[in-house]
Amino acid sequence: DQFVVDIPAPVRGSIVVAANAATEDTTGTEEASVSAEPMAEIEQVEMMLQSPEGGFSLGREALSEEVAAWDIDVRPDGLGLPEGSGDVFMGEEIYLENCAMCHGDFGEAIGRWPVLAGGEGTLDGEDPVKTVGSYWPYASTIFDYIHRAMPFGNAQSLTDDEVYALTAYVLYLNYLVEDDFVLNRETFAEVPMPNQDNFFMDDRAEVELGEFSKEACMENCKDTVEIVKRARVLDVTPEAAESDETQENAAEETTEQMAAAETTQAVDEASEETTDATDAIDPELAAAGETVFRKCRACHQVGEGASNRVGPHLNAIIGRSVGSVEGFRYSSAMQDAGGGGLVWSEESLGEFLTNPRDFLAGTKMSFAGLRDEGDVAAIIAYLGSMSE
Amino acid sequence: APDTAITELQPWNQNLGDGVDVSPYGVPSEFEAHVQRKNVEWLTADTVSSINFTPLHELDGILTPNGLCFERHHAGVAEVDPAKHRLMINGLVDKPLVFTLQDLMRFPRENHVYFLECAANTGMEWRGAQLNGCQFTHGMIHNVMYTGVPLRLILEEAGVKTNGKWVMPEGADASAMTRSVPIEKAMDDCLVAFKMNGEALRPEQGYPMRLVVPGWEGNMWIKWLRRIEVGDMPWHHREETSKYTDLLENGSARRFTWEMDAKSVITNPSPQAPLNHGKGHTVLTGVAWSGRGTVPRVDVTLDGGKNWHQARISGPSLPMSMHRFYFEFDWDGSPLLLQSRAHDSTGYVQPTKDQLRVIRGENSIYHNNGIQTWYVNEQGIAENVEIS
Repeated sequence: DQFVVDIPAPVRGSIVVAANAATEDTTGTEEASVSAEPMAEIEQVEMMLQSPEGGFSLGREALSEEVAAWDIDVRPDGLGLPEGSGDVFMGEEIYLENCAMCHGDFGEAIGRWPVLAGGEGTLDGEDPVKTVGSYWPYASTIFDYIHRAMPFGNAQSLTDDEVYALTAYVLYLNYLVEDDFVLNRETFAEVPMPNQDNFFMDDRAEVELGEFSKEACMENCKDTVEIVKRARVLDVTPEAAESDETQENAAEETTEQMAAAETTQAVDEASEETTDATDAIDPELAAAGETVFRKCRACHQVGEGASNRVGPHLNAIIGRSVGSVEGFRYSSAMQDAGGGGLVWSEESLGEFLTNPRDFLAGTKMSFAGLRDEGDVAAIIAYLGSMSE
Repeated sequence: APDTAITELQPWNQNLGDGVDVSPYGVPSEFEAHVQRKNVEWLTADTVSSINFTPLHELDGILTPNGLCFERHHAGVAEVDPAKHRLMINGLVDKPLVFTLQDLMRFPRENHVYFLECAANTGMEWRGAQLNGCQFTHGMIHNVMYTGVPLRLILEEAGVKTNGKWVMPEGADASAMTRSVPIEKAMDDCLVAFKMNGEALRPEQGYPMRLVVPGWEGNMWIKWLRRIEVGDMPWHHREETSKYTDLLENGSARRFTWEMDAKSVITNPSPQAPLNHGKGHTVLTGVAWSGRGTVPRVDVTLDGGKNWHQARISGPSLPMSMHRFYFEFDWDGSPLLLQSRAHDSTGYVQPTKDQLRVIRGENSIYHNNGIQTWYVNEQGIAENVEIS
């Protein structure tokens, strides 16, 4: 049967040995050679491809600027750390502006976003809390991850100094450094990571594979069987919840249709009087705005059923008082602006979206701003088309 | 009474249907609209950094249709313009290189069917039965045919230096996902793939190119692959320290648990696919896979493990690919406790959840390959349970 290609456990053993060698002793090279034997049976079906002498001559040499632009990774031994430095104080400011809306003011996390601090002594308990302080083995990982992927939805927007500062602050939140700590290439090595020695190389080959490779019983394997746990007790399956929801939605739809009929009438009456007062929304511009809105949807919802997430929902934002969506925790800057009578108009929203922090210093919104005026106009048209 | 499906003229018996080109790409029958990926909302803070699940109970054979392959993103689906996509090889190589998609397609390419399983598949079931449906308990897996270039050929083109022991693939999305892969695996069977099931990768699967790491946890299969760095030691980035490490009961953690252990699940009947035909002849079916080779044998039990029967495997048996098994029997209408147990080509036998808990405790999140139990009552309704 040509379809049956059965290879024995391919290269597991040698890889584990090699990985151990590389982790613990980076000079060990001899174990790294892998036997080609397991490939033998595959070759009956498929020839192993070979590079020709001198290669294929495909691709081109990468320029040093190109490598520098992409090669941002950082390792525990400090390889890859850029020039620069940052302190806890500077980090706190950046953190409160860019990170606290998901990770909480003290790294305690909002909702199901990752917890950054705390959790010491919980790893062997019933409910382990894995944080930078309680779990992460290397400080370099914090710098690397913030640099490549944070702030969420605005990745790689921070300067090297800002990433140093933010890393210092996250370490400080975990009581791993003092408040006067300055992080740079040199001080990295001083940071203690308490859980570093509690990681070990996958040992399933020794601990499990033998244990789980015994003869399996086929007949009269046990006398009695009882159910000891049931999923139904918890009732967290989406399916079940959804069928309820569908019924609710169906009911809602009927009410909505009825309500819609009434509203249409009311709107028709109203529009007769106000036709000239309201500018009609350009549907093409609004459609373009929907595309621009992708930059926002990591944090904001809009449209039917929109709710508050990292940011408030944006239904009927035009004409609304600043900082007035119920149930959303605004920054004090946003609350003050609303209290002072600021209303979201096309103008004020446009200015805010062009440069959020210039327009409203102290806003929690980490978005850097829209550079293109066309994008601003499009998104305002799109948001203007989304009513309550 | 005669069957009206026969005696009455149906619309499709009489009227003309759509001509060609009405759906130039093609979509499933409207009667199959319920066959969809689904997400478990309470699992994650936001859908842009989340996961959904393959509807295994609706599928047969071994290949997963592209539109139903589960998704897992860390910063949403990157919409990459292939004309602006580059793959860079740098680090410990003789010559750092840059390839376009077109360059890559001039390398010799191969076709392989592999499963991709998220390490967290079945992770919600460590503490007991929790979700009612194999889509939710086992749906973080798909199995497709990849077309791609052996990573070995690309690395050879750049020339790996003798101290190059690890590679670090990196994604082009806003999470810039990275993992450390030992050079032996990179040179053995990894692919840089650009096609799945014959067509271009779907955006949510890493268009225009992704890394394929056969048999190893899905997180390592970097999507939107833009760079591969060669180094002399692992990077210990976020996804291999904070995440994807297996916390044991004593608070220590396994790292680099790359290989996916042998596993199987009965997809029909199951909670989303009840036995609704009453007593009589029926077909039980499911899927099995192993990150270490093929699955030459699957056993099933109808009585909670008192007696086991060897199931029939149908379709290609390929290493590190899904296998399809069937067991036909006469259902007498009495309650069933169904389980399946995979045996892989190394002799490994899928363990029970309790066997795993003895070694790993309940906090490891990842790599839960324990035997799944479905309780089927007299009405044919199935429920996720655990048994003694």
